[in-house]
Order: sequence, then C-alpha cells, then structure tokens
Amino acid sequence: MRLRDTVTPFPARVAPGDAAANQAARGDALPRNPGMPLDLGFLDSMRAVNRSALERRAATLTKRRSIKGDNQAAWLLRSIALMDLTTLNSNDTDDRVRRLCAKALNPLRADLARALGVADARIRPAAVCVYHPFVATAVEALKGSGVHVAAVSTAFPHGLAPLSTRLAEIAASVADGADEIDVVIPRGLVHEARWPELYEEIRAMREACGEAHLKVILGTGDLATTRNVTLASMVAMMAGADFIKTSTGKESVNATLPVGLAMVRAIRAYFEATGFLIGFKPAGGISTAKVSLDWLVLIKEELGRRWLEPDLFRFGASSLLTDIERQLEHHVSGRYSAAHRHAMA
Amino acid sequence: MNILDRYHAMDYGPAPEARAEADAWLAAQDFSRALFIGGKFVAAADAKTFDTADPASGKRLATLSEAGAADVDAAVAAAKRALPGWSAASGYARAKVLYAVGRAMQRHARLFAVLETLDNGKPIRESRDIDVPLAIRHFIHHAGWAQALDREFPGAKPAGVVGQIIPWNFPLLMLAWKIAPALAAGCTVVLKPAEYTPLTAVLFADICRRAGVPKGVVNILPGGPEAGAALVRHSGVRKIAFTGSSEVGRIIRRETAGSGKKLSLELGGKSAFIVFDDADLDSAVEGLVDGIWFNQGQVCCAGSRLLVQESVAEAFIDKVKRRMTKLVLGDPLDKNTDIGPLVDRTQFERVESLVAEGASEGALCWQPDMALPSAGFFFPPTLALGVSPANVLAREEVFGPVLAAMTFRDTEEAVQLANNTRYGLAASVWSENVNLTLHVAPQLKAGVVWVNGTNMFDAACGFGGFRESGFGREGGREGMLEYLDRPLPYGAAIRPAAPVEQPAELAEAAIDRTPKLFIGGRQARPDSGYSYAVLDRKGRLAGEAGLGNRKDIREAVSAARAAKGWTEATAFNRAQVLYYLAENLSARADEFASRLASLTGASGRAAEAEVELSIERLFLYAGMADKFEGRAHQPPMRAVTLALNEPVGVIGIVCPDDSPLLGLVSLLAPALAMGNSVVAVPSPRWPLPATDLYQVFETSDLPAGAVNIVTGKAAELAAVLAKHDDVDGLWVVADAATCAAAEAQSAGNLKRVWTTNGRTLDWTAESAAGETFLARAVEVKNVWVPYGD
Repeated sequence: MRLRDTVTPFPARVAPGDAAANQAARGDALPRNPGMPLDLGFLDSMRAVNRSALERRAATLTKRRSIKGDNQAAWLLRSIALMDLTTLNSNDTDDRVRRLCAKALNPLRADLARALGVADARIRPAAVCVYHPFVATAVEALKGSGVHVAAVSTAFPHGLAPLSTRLAEIAASVADGADEIDVVIPRGLVHEARWPELYEEIRAMREACGEAHLKVILGTGDLATTRNVTLASMVAMMAGADFIKTSTGKESVNATLPVGLAMVRAIRAYFEATGFLIGFKPAGGISTAKVSLDWLVLIKEELGRRWLEPDLFRFGASSLLTDIERQLEHHVSGRYSAAHRHAMA
Repeated sequence: MNILDRYHAMDYGPAPEARAEADAWLAAQDFSRALFIGGKFVAAADAKTFDTADPASGKRLATLSEAGAADVDAAVAAAKRALPGWSAASGYARAKVLYAVGRAMQRHARLFAVLETLDNGKPIRESRDIDVPLAIRHFIHHAGWAQALDREFPGAKPAGVVGQIIPWNFPLLMLAWKIAPALAAGCTVVLKPAEYTPLTAVLFADICRRAGVPKGVVNILPGGPEAGAALVRHSGVRKIAFTGSSEVGRIIRRETAGSGKKLSLELGGKSAFIVFDDADLDSAVEGLVDGIWFNQGQVCCAGSRLLVQESVAEAFIDKVKRRMTKLVLGDPLDKNTDIGPLVDRTQFERVESLVAEGASEGALCWQPDMALPSAGFFFPPTLALGVSPANVLAREEVFGPVLAAMTFRDTEEAVQLANNTRYGLAASVWSENVNLTLHVAPQLKAGVVWVNGTNMFDAACGFGGFRESGFGREGGREGMLEYLDRPLPYGAAIRPAAPVEQPAELAEAAIDRTPKLFIGGRQARPDSGYSYAVLDRKGRLAGEAGLGNRKDIREAVSAARAAKGWTEATAFNRAQVLYYLAENLSARADEFASRLASLTGASGRAAEAEVELSIERLFLYAGMADKFEGRAHQPPMRAVTLALNEPVGVIGIVCPDDSPLLGLVSLLAPALAMGNSVVAVPSPRWPLPATDLYQVFETSDLPAGAVNIVTGKAAELAAVLAKHDDVDGLWVVADAATCAAAEAQSAGNLKRVWTTNGRTLDWTAESAAGETFLARAVEVKNVWVPYGD
C-alpha cells in the first residue's frame, strides 16, 4: 500500500491572524492565475460530483459552526470588507451610482464604527459593481479610496452578443477605469459541452482585461447540474479567471450553498494541480447577515482562512449591507434596529 | 481580544448552548424516585441508587434509584395489567397516544437535546439536529402503523409484554426505536436505559404521563446489569429487544433459549466504507466524517473500515487527513464542537488500548495535531493506515473515532474485503456509477447499505444486521413484525426420541435398497459407517438409514455454501425448479403414499392427502418464489430506500416425525423458494420419504448442494448445525430440549433460529404455510439510494 503519511499543506500555510494574510491587498502577495492549456483529461477527472452529498454537506455545514457575540460582529465586519456593493438595474443613473459609492466609502454609521472599535480600520466594501455606463462615475467617486470598480460585461446577463462586441465592451470598461471585470459565459456552451470554445472565449476576455481582474460568472442557475457547474468552473480557471462567480442575480435560481460548494471544491482542485489560488464570488440573493455568515463558514471550512480576504472572496450584494448594519447596531445597543436608521445606498 | 483583533483572526470562538433549563430540570427532579412503574415515579424496592455523570467534566449529574429484580417484577406486572386494555384499544386510540407523545417530545425538543449531550457527551449539534428529531419522527411515523395494523398485518397479534434494553450511545433515539413500534403493535413495555445515560429516559417517562399514555403501558427502569438480567429472565416477558454489544447479545441469546420469547438483537459492527475510483472523493470524505467521526465513533454502524481503490488511495487519504485537521474537539455543549468526549473512562481505555494494539500489529496511526481539553475522556480522531485484514483494528469493533484504512484493486476484491468480517451491520458504497453501486450493494453482507452516503436513518426504513451484528429489524414495516405474532397451529408436545427397538422381521422381501445421505447432489454413505433401523407401523424393518454424524453435517454445509447454481439463480428459475419438483413428486405420488402408509400407519386416504398437500405446498412456494418481494421505503429526503428480501443463506432444517413428507416439504420449500440452500435432517423415525425424495430432486434440475439430506439422530445433528458458524439459519421442530439447546448453541455466530419450542405443528393447516415461513427465509436489506443530479 502506498499511502503517504503527511498532509500536503493547503494552501501554503498561513497562520490564523497572520498579518500578511490580513493585509493581503489584491495585487501584492498573490500571483495572478496565468491559466493553463485546456486539459480535457483533468476536466474529465472532475466529473464526479454528487449533488445529494453536496446538499447534505451544505445543510450540515452551517449547523456545525456558530459564531456568537464579538466574533459575530467581527465576522459581519468581514462580510462588509468582502462585499462588491452592487447596483445592476435597468433604471440606474449616475446619481444613483454616486450614492452607492458614497455608501461604499462610509458603510457604517460613525457611532457604530466607534462603538465597535473600528473607526480607523477603514473597513468598507472591496468594490462597487455597476454596468458599463456608470464605470467612469464610480471611478471618479471612489478615487483614492482603494475601493475597486467592477463592471459587469460581455452582454451581461445573458452573454449572447457577438464575441467581438463582448470583447469591445470589456475594453471600454477598462478604458473607463474599471479594474475588475465581471463577465458572463454563454451558458449554451456548457450544455453543448463545447469546452474548447468556452475556453477560448474566456481566454480572449482575460486578454481584453489586461491588468484588470477577471471574474467569470457561470450563471449556475442556468447550468442544470452541479457537474456542469464544476466543469464550467474548471474551464474558466484553466482559461485564466481570477475569480469564479456563481450568478448574475438575474437567473431564477441564485447562489446556493451546494452550488458554491461545488465551485470551491473546483477551486481547491485547481490549486492542488497548479498552485494558484482562485477567488470565489457568490452573488444573487445574499441579503441577510446570517446568510453571509453561512458563506464565510463554507469558505473557512472548505478552503481555509486565507480565502477570507478580498483578493480571494467577494459577495455580490445590494441589500446585504443594510441588514449587516442592523445586526451590528443590535450588537452594540442590544436593541433590534430598523433599516431606516442606517443611511441607504 | 477586541473586535478588530477578531476581525483579523476570523476564529469561531465559543458558542455554548445554554444549559440553565436543563439544570433547572435536573434540580427539580426527585431522582430518588426515578423508576417509572405503572404510571408513577417510585423508588427502588431496595433503595439502591447509582450516579450518572457528564463525560465532558466527569461531574455527577444525578443520583438515580437503581432498579433491581423486585422492581422488574413490579414493572412487568404493571405492563401485564396494562396489556389487555392497550392491545384491545383501537388502532386509532393507540395512534392518538403515539402522536401525542411525538408532539410532546417536539415541544420539549431542546431540553431533550441538552440533557442528552450532558449525559452522553455527544455534540449538541448531533443531539439537536439528529437524535431528537429522529426520535420524534419515530413516534409520529409509528402512530400511523398503530392505526394501519389490522389492515396491514391481518391476523397478527401483539407479542405481549416486551422487555427492552438499550445502549448509551443514542439513549433517546434507541428508546424511540424500541418503544414506538411496540406501542403501535399493541404491546406494553418495560424498558431499561443504559446505566451511563438514564436522563432522557426519565424525561420521556414524564412526557408519557403528560401525553396520556395509559398507566403501565410504558415502564422505565433506570438501572444496571442486574435489572437487565432480571428483565431478560422474567417469565412474564414475551419478547426481548436488545441493542448493545455482541457479547451481551450472546448472553441474552443463551438466557432466552427455550423460553419461547421472541428476540431481536442489534449488536456490534465493523462496517465497510468503500470508495471506488469514480466516486465524488470530496463528498466521500464528508461521508467518513458522518460515518466514523459521528458521536465520537460510538456508533454500531460506524463506517470504521475504509476500503479505497488503489488508484485514488493516496489522493483520498490526503483529503481525509486534511479534513481531520478541521475537526473541532471540545465541549459537547458548544455548537462548534464536532467531537465530544467518549462516554466513560472504560470506553476511553478500551479505545486507547485497541489503537495501541493495532499499531503494534503494524498499523500506522495518524492523528491531527490538536489540543485536547484537560478534563473529560477526549480521544482525538485517528486514522490507521496500512491496516491488514488480520489487524485488530480491521476485525474488532473499536467504538471510538478510529478509522482503519485499506486499499483494494477491483470490485471483486472490495466485496471480499468488505465481507471479510464476522459482523454485517452496514456498509457505504461510493461511486458515481449507479451500475456499480447497485451491483455491489446486493453482494454486501450487511443489513443496511448506503449508496453515496452514510449513517442515514429513518423511521420508515428497516435497520438491523446480518451475521453476528444480530437479527431483527427496527423501523419500517419489517420493524413492526418484531412486535407481532402470527399464530401458528401448534399441537402436542414432542417427546424426545426413544431408542429404536429391534425389528422382529423384514417388512417385505424385495431387492435390497440402501437409503443414503444426499450431499452436494450426490448420494453418500454416512461417514460413521453405521446405519440404524427404520421400523414400519408393525415394528418390522422398513429399511436401514445412514447414521449421519458431525462430519456429514460439515460436508453438507460446505456443499450448501457452494450451491451457487441455486443461490444465484433467478427467482423465476427457482420457481420453475420447484414446479418441476411438484410435477415429479406427483408422478410418483402412489409410491410415496404407500411408503407413508406403511411406515406411519396412516390410512391410505390420509397418506394420499399428505402427498397431495406436499405437492400443493411445492406449488405454493414455487409461485411465491418471484412474488415475496421487497419494498421501496420513502424516507423524508430525496432518496429511495430499497428493502430487499435476500436469502438468509445456508439454513439447517430439523424435521419432526409427524407428517414425515409434508413436514419436510413445508419447511424445505419456502427456504428454497427464497434462494437459500438447505441442510435437512429429516424425521429421525421415518427418514425414508426423505431419502426417496432425493431421487425426485435428481430428476428435477435442482442444482447440486441446494438441498442436502443427513439422516440420523435429530438432537445430535441439530446441535452440530447450531454450533456450525457457517450456518446462517436454523429451523428446528423437535422436542423442547433439542429446541432449547439449538437456541442456546446458536449464540456462537448468532444465526437466525426458529423453533416450535418442543411442539408439533399441524402441517395440514393453512396457517402452516405462506408468508410467515417466507419471511423467515429472508433477511431484509435496506439499500439507501439518494439521488439527484
């Protein structure tokens, strides 16, 4: 029997609370995923995904871990720092986007931040996520803050425009100052198992991004099976995705924990094969503080502490922040709070 | 640590479940009157007490009255008094009570959970999310059985007063598994919880009072081995249901031998967890967490033997180790705890010494680097690598968080390794290939098989073991049968065999015929070289039958074990052979009738009737061969649980003297119909119809080894069969002493024994055929198949 008796460190060991990990801003410590040639054999080895087992794991995982008191407050602050504060409505306007950016810069009421002892910690969403026309507005509003500007792109949310159009869209957003691009894949390519085509499209998108980071939205609600989710995740990472992201928020089924589990396990497999750390972004339907904690638990258990940094994890969310503020106010005051007591975005 | 520090650290921190309510409950109880008898809490007759402690701290939780023999007498008497009323109550009335109990438990669910964790040491997550909800479900599910009883089990009667003894690893859940079906069936119960963990049973007793359970229907006796032994021996108890160690199971088997008590035993296990190379490995790792690191591994069906295909072994073991480092060991009342303390010092020392022994036998034992709490019996999760099949960790039930890992090359080897154990409780099979999983599941000698899952339980699905993991099922339709009796047409007491008198003369002068034994499809002379006289009705010599001995039985059992041509035949194939047997017997009906008449002195018509009824029975069971089917249970999840009727295996059949042909056929045919192979000891006094019958077998396409016939002294041969560890089932119709001895001697491998307890059966009665016998000829295997893509 050939069984090693050591565990491969996963990932390169980072002690909990390690300063480097905590400060890890995107761009420094972490090397970008260069991608790899499309490896259909590797892809095929990832086909074994058992939906029922994933569902059971997801269901028990959130019951296995509980975060109380000051730790809960700390974890909720973490949720804020891991947020892509998002507005993706057909009726968005520049002023609406400016309001969102203002909220991103001051996510917490000052008295709350003081009471929590984090007034000087600059805990705020990692990025603001908007449609292309509002990129410039957001860049202007967030200038110098370190808050990133993410643009949804490539014929969001369906991804069905000509590739040239979609690539041009990326270029335009990058030109306007977006440093993160959230692209969608054409889901039909997954259903038809046209992996080389999907791979090439994503590679082209990565190239169009240049220095901007590429988040690949799989539209998991449209992919039918967890196996498809895993396979699409793998192709996206092979093609050079910096992040893989669940949903546009426009599919009928949003980010679910079992689907998230399939994706983070794909991230783990990719790390084991290549040594590169890929980010994960669940999006759509994550609107309560409790649910955000469930996701953080999932990440900590399946990937580890290192992934609980903005360079490796994001929530795509619009109304989550308000609920977190309410919970934090309750933590401070012991009184249940109301939404109108917190500045809206 | 301020919030900002915590923000950087991102640790979980403590999340203790409040225990104030439980402490208040403990403080309010008068545990000096903890015996629940006849609807009242009373003190032990001899005022004895015992302590129960919190295994996480070692601190005493309560001092309870300890039941002794006198209390058992009182409780059984109360249960007896309550029996007529309860069993005569309408199914609807019993359903309402069971429903009320379930709902009342639900209203106090958290108190049950916290008490269970305090008393047992299991993580609060488990008692809260698994034990208590499953126990509640059991009562509500069985409310339905109570009401459906007459329709679903026509003619069945409650077994009577039931004695139930449960273990400490799932105190409340095992209580529910025992009490709910018993009450649904109309039985009244005396239940003894485990000495380590009596508290939730006391709370349950209180719930019974409030939920309107009639006085005496449920009696609960906290106590130790003395109470347990008294309950097992009590003559007023008609059925014993036990969950616990195989060692105690054997003692109970011996103790109850000859008593006529029904018995179900749910004992130990060494369950295989098989991971094929096309499995979802990450999910299989989680399966292991639920399999062996559930309840600290103190689970009878724990997936304690990991069998992983060589091609993925290294990758899989890496994943397992990495996962082990994430397990949180600590205060069981903390919601973040995955692994609590073992229940007691004895248990801790046992686990520790088995691990040391395994290591000394060559296993590489690996434990993640984790801090252990200073108090309490905490044992870290342990992975033993390089475990050979001979290693103690591969053979003995550890009952701790210890996983023994082995590799296999192919499916056949996986099945061989999985079945290479005395136990047969459960198994897990992990593969994304449904063809493979459903190919493997029927080959596993285990009462429960989980496909791509583990430790799934439900009130609607049967649970229980093959082999030395015990017998009987709990849950589902098959579980109800354990508390029901189908009346059989018992007759007079059978007298022990008298010595054969010397024959006066030869019956008839024809060409000499030597009746032989029939083993492995061939006629064989007895190993002893002796024969004995068979007399006819007038005391004349009708023939000389072989005097079979233990070696003949040994050969016959080997032949039966090797009878793949029969045990692997399709049900339709078996049906056709049985029909063909009937056809050929019919062709020789006159010969058999005159043989019977001349031997037994039966009238010509009676002898003809016996032959005709034997043919009819063969027809009946031929027809049922492909109809006595399993079921598809519906657990409350996206899964189907297939309750498969599988043959018991090799069945020994010891036949009575009366109806020497019909008795044999009535026992043989159901066993054969369900795919068992048989070693039959025919009527010792009149074995000649049986030895005539092998000529019918030889002309009926019955594969070699399917039926083996050894003539001789029934008591002696029954004992050899009872003590044979490769015999899976034994049916004995003989005198009381032979029956009792067979039951007692069967304790070695805990084979499934059925006897008439020294009485004859009226084989001509309709109730001497059919479902009762078919059910005895099968083991129910529950195969869980969760699905979804």
